[in-house]
Amino acid sequence: MGAQAVEQTAPATTDPHAVPTRTGLLIIGASQSGVQLAVSLRALGFDEHITLLGDEDHRPYQRPALSKEFLQGTVESESLIFRSNQYWSEHNVELVKGEYIVRIDKEADGSGVAHASSGREFPFKRLALTVGARARKLDIEGGDLDGVLYLRNADDALALKARVGDATDVVVIGGGFIGLEAASSLQKMGKNVTVLEFGPRLVGRAVGEETAEYFLQAHRSRGLDIRLNTSAARFTASDGGTSVAAVELQDGTVLPAQIVLIGIGVIPNTQLAEQLGLEVDNGVVVDRFALASDGTTVAVGDVANMPNPVPGSEAGERIRLESVNNAIEHAKVAAYSLTGRREEYAGIPWFWSNQADLKLQIAGLCNGYDRTVLRRDGERGKFSVLYYRQGRIIAADCVNAPLDFMAVKNALAKGQNIPADAAADPATLLKTITTDS
Amino acid sequence: MPTVHFTDAEGAVRDVQGNVGDSVMETAVRNGVPGIVAECGGSLSCATCHVFVREDCASQLPPMEDMEDEMLYGTAVDREDNSRLSCQLRLTDEIELFVTTPETQV
Repeated sequence: MGAQAVEQTAPATTDPHAVPTRTGLLIIGASQSGVQLAVSLRALGFDEHITLLGDEDHRPYQRPALSKEFLQGTVESESLIFRSNQYWSEHNVELVKGEYIVRIDKEADGSGVAHASSGREFPFKRLALTVGARARKLDIEGGDLDGVLYLRNADDALALKARVGDATDVVVIGGGFIGLEAASSLQKMGKNVTVLEFGPRLVGRAVGEETAEYFLQAHRSRGLDIRLNTSAARFTASDGGTSVAAVELQDGTVLPAQIVLIGIGVIPNTQLAEQLGLEVDNGVVVDRFALASDGTTVAVGDVANMPNPVPGSEAGERIRLESVNNAIEHAKVAAYSLTGRREEYAGIPWFWSNQADLKLQIAGLCNGYDRTVLRRDGERGKFSVLYYRQGRIIAADCVNAPLDFMAVKNALAKGQNIPADAAADPATLLKTITTDS
Repeated sequence: MPTVHFTDAEGAVRDVQGNVGDSVMETAVRNGVPGIVAECGGSLSCATCHVFVREDCASQLPPMEDMEDEMLYGTAVDREDNSRLSCQLRLTDEIELFVTTPETQV
């Protein structure tokens, strides 16, 4: 999703007698969570009309490959499409592409009308916001030059692909998952890639120190130029040009770059929620059942700030997760809500990131850990960090170690433990030492 | 045209015609075949596209690589000798596959 812009000053003057009948569910955001919400609702027998509306000109598609297989050209755009047209028509889901909602009028009963920038109106009985997040912009001199790019949606990926052929040097700004995935892809495509990371380590808070260090060393040994504690001061064009030609660093160093790719995080698209008067705080604040503060609108996925669903979390702890797994599981919770059921979030959050030949799988959330156990099998390139809090396993980062990942994910899902002392030997299969308490 | 016959854990059969080059997982998901979740979209990260392949079809399929083999140890329903991850099974011209989906993927 791109931003769902809001005209803050637009008066709500719609005559309630003039609007069409307000029926069905309007899902704003044809995203992973929007698609899953529609699919789950139909699976639950929801028989009202569903409109799945997106602001892009593409059918709903999967994003993860944009920085990897799609960028490298190993998969075609068609294979990113979630569902066939036949599926949507058979399931009575109306897809609306390329409509950008700028204002919503909503009544106390949850029904209302969404107004698109085109002038089209979309009446609804219930509303779902699956509007995701947008790329955080780096606002420095030269940021509007051609070739200074972001990577959030399919058009971003197409713009990047269109320039890649002519580029020799790429500077990636941001050493998070998107930056590192794209940097690895571009390096594989023969580009000279430099990664600039503002902070002292890679991947920010998403993984622990040991995993961040592992990735730093692994990428450097594969020839990727990674510079920590480094910021760009400005982007410059060659004389008289409009395309980026170089990145000037804070210390005056100049790096040639025909492409600058910026991946410095995302901002949840809360504009419509704010216009609706919903509670917003790092996303749309929702309860355990994905309901926003009005009690009728559901907000799902990247845009939702929800009670931490992980068993054993502190009461009142809130979290906003940016992942495919969360988009799917949270959408299921919302689908139950919209059909009058109250079901808790199921499953353990998990994440993946593929960078070159490094396959990272993360199970659980490592927040608040007090001990780590490192498992390293250098010969086979396997590396895992297990995270513990008060003697119980809470998460694991696993690189090229799917057995460890699956063992931890399954143990967490079943409320089991993997005792730390026994887990230290990388030759021990974690599955065999899992305990019920 | 390649054809995949999906049988669910209760025995209900769904026949789907696919495209050459697509995976069995993609063929299932795009057509809304229940029983295949495929959270990771085919990047061998989630093991939620587990299928049991009818024995006489196995010869039409590519051999299993280590990563798929390891992921199969973590499926929700325990693996059997004929288990595969359907994201790794590409449809070829004239292929006709019979697969059964497990009771659950997560």
